[in-house]
Amino acid sequence: MNTKEQKAIVCRDLTKRFGDFVAVDHISFEVERGEIFGFLGANGAGKTTAMRMLCGLSHPTSGQAAVAGFDVYRQQESIKRSIGYMSQKFSLYENLTVLENIEFFGGVYGLSDAKLNRRSERLITTLGLGQEARKMVGSLPLGWKQKLAFSVAVIHDPAIVFLDEPTGGVDPVTRRQFWDLIYEAAGRGITIFVTTHYMDEAEYCNRISIMVDGRVEALDTPGNLKHRFAADSMDEVFYQLARGAKRAAD
Amino acid sequence: MPLWAKTGKTMGAVTVTNLTKTYEKGSVTALDDVSFRVEAGELFGLIGPDGAGKSTLFRILTTLLTADRGTAGVDGFDVVKDYRKIRNTVGYMPGRFSLYQDLTVEENLNFFATLFGTTIRENYHLVKDIYEQIEPFKDRRAGKLSGGMKQKLALCCALIHKPTVLFLDEPTTGVDVVSRREFWTMLNRLKEQGITILVSTPYMDEAVLCERIALIQTGRILSIDTPDAIVRGYPDRLFAARTDDLPRALADLRANPSVRSTYAFGEYLHLAFRQNDTENVSGLSRYLAEKGHSGIEIKPVTPTIEDRFIDLMTRETTPS
Repeated sequence: MNTKEQKAIVCRDLTKRFGDFVAVDHISFEVERGEIFGFLGANGAGKTTAMRMLCGLSHPTSGQAAVAGFDVYRQQESIKRSIGYMSQKFSLYENLTVLENIEFFGGVYGLSDAKLNRRSERLITTLGLGQEARKMVGSLPLGWKQKLAFSVAVIHDPAIVFLDEPTGGVDPVTRRQFWDLIYEAAGRGITIFVTTHYMDEAEYCNRISIMVDGRVEALDTPGNLKHRFAADSMDEVFYQLARGAKRAAD
Repeated sequence: MPLWAKTGKTMGAVTVTNLTKTYEKGSVTALDDVSFRVEAGELFGLIGPDGAGKSTLFRILTTLLTADRGTAGVDGFDVVKDYRKIRNTVGYMPGRFSLYQDLTVEENLNFFATLFGTTIRENYHLVKDIYEQIEPFKDRRAGKLSGGMKQKLALCCALIHKPTVLFLDEPTTGVDVVSRREFWTMLNRLKEQGITILVSTPYMDEAVLCERIALIQTGRILSIDTPDAIVRGYPDRLFAARTDDLPRALADLRANPSVRSTYAFGEYLHLAFRQNDTENVSGLSRYLAEKGHSGIEIKPVTPTIEDRFIDLMTRETTPS
């Protein structure tokens, strides 16, 4: 079997230039299937640009990458069908109900009506949104919106889900409930690719990479990273790596 | 002489009395009978998630919004009757970038200085540390700055008229660990200049950097005190546990009747027992071993602000 098919993501010297500016500079890593992979970095380190390439939204300048076995240059549409995406800024449609949002995204992801009905029923029960199913999403508390947005992003059982700061601004209890959902999805075999500014959340990942000035400067388990940098916390590891960053933060 | 200098004793203090604010014809309560006082020269933190009411409170205190009920004062002035005076003396950095995108860095700063009847030179000492970091880009349009530089410029613009009270609404949200640390260093230097600072943040770990904090959730203050005192208010003995399989350990601990609460906390799970008992830890270790866990470790830990916040939050929602 081709090893590329066994990995969720394979990246080799992936690079993106904008004119003279090298936003992403020869990054290489692999993400296993079902792994929770934390993608950290200082503001402006190149995380978003790298994620856009991996999601099939932007062509790399050079290097190779395969996501869910599909090539980032030639098979962008297949990549888009194989992934889910959620960010703090990406919200659901506020003026559609919970049920309508689920139906809309299920439809976009190409689920059959029968499948969609089963999934949306299961999803509403799991999230305990029975009472709110016919309410506008705009009227829900932020934490519920975030949990719903995540559930919708994995409604089609994608190979990989990309989460861009999914828990920003959420209260500490809801933040943890959100991670319960992440673990549950990972348990179903969905690979999780997540960025966060909460360093305690970095600890919940199987492995983390830390980007500085366009390069992946460290990649390992949280435990090994703390050992290597003689640090008590991921906060300290991150600080040691990123304080030398030359790029202005953005 | 600025206006506040003549008023004397209440300069820099902020009082909030029974403030209530609702939106959507009363159906959404943003602030629910909130009262507290910030002393002159204090570095005071409002700690809470999105939707807690932090921005609403800041808008009322900066006279941009009126409350449904209650009163508030800044520098001894009433936020409704004396709004003009307050607008002259406070500095406000809203959560969203609010500078003129098509003016340069220097033009923005000059604009704000002029607006408040002062000059950059007159108060340069206040912004010098921060402005020097963005000075190489002083001819760049604000809209073309990186997020970190925009944040520094916004802080300079909020400071250039030498405010008595500085309101900073989530200045570190979405900012990485390195920039966050830098920002807090800047705040402490400003505090040394005698400026009262009210700062809001959703990051619990920043609470310890304030002199006093209010924990706020859905429009209500859960607790208000020094960070130390708030942590000391944690009612139980707190333990940290881990095994080689944390997600499974979390499920197993939740199912154990001796455990009152447990949740993930970085590389450990934090847990509190229903009753304080010396046998608790050994009993739980046996339980986890019987469930097939390896690498079991359980140790007492000092609670953090986040532990106390979770404790207070769960008490609010489940009255038992």
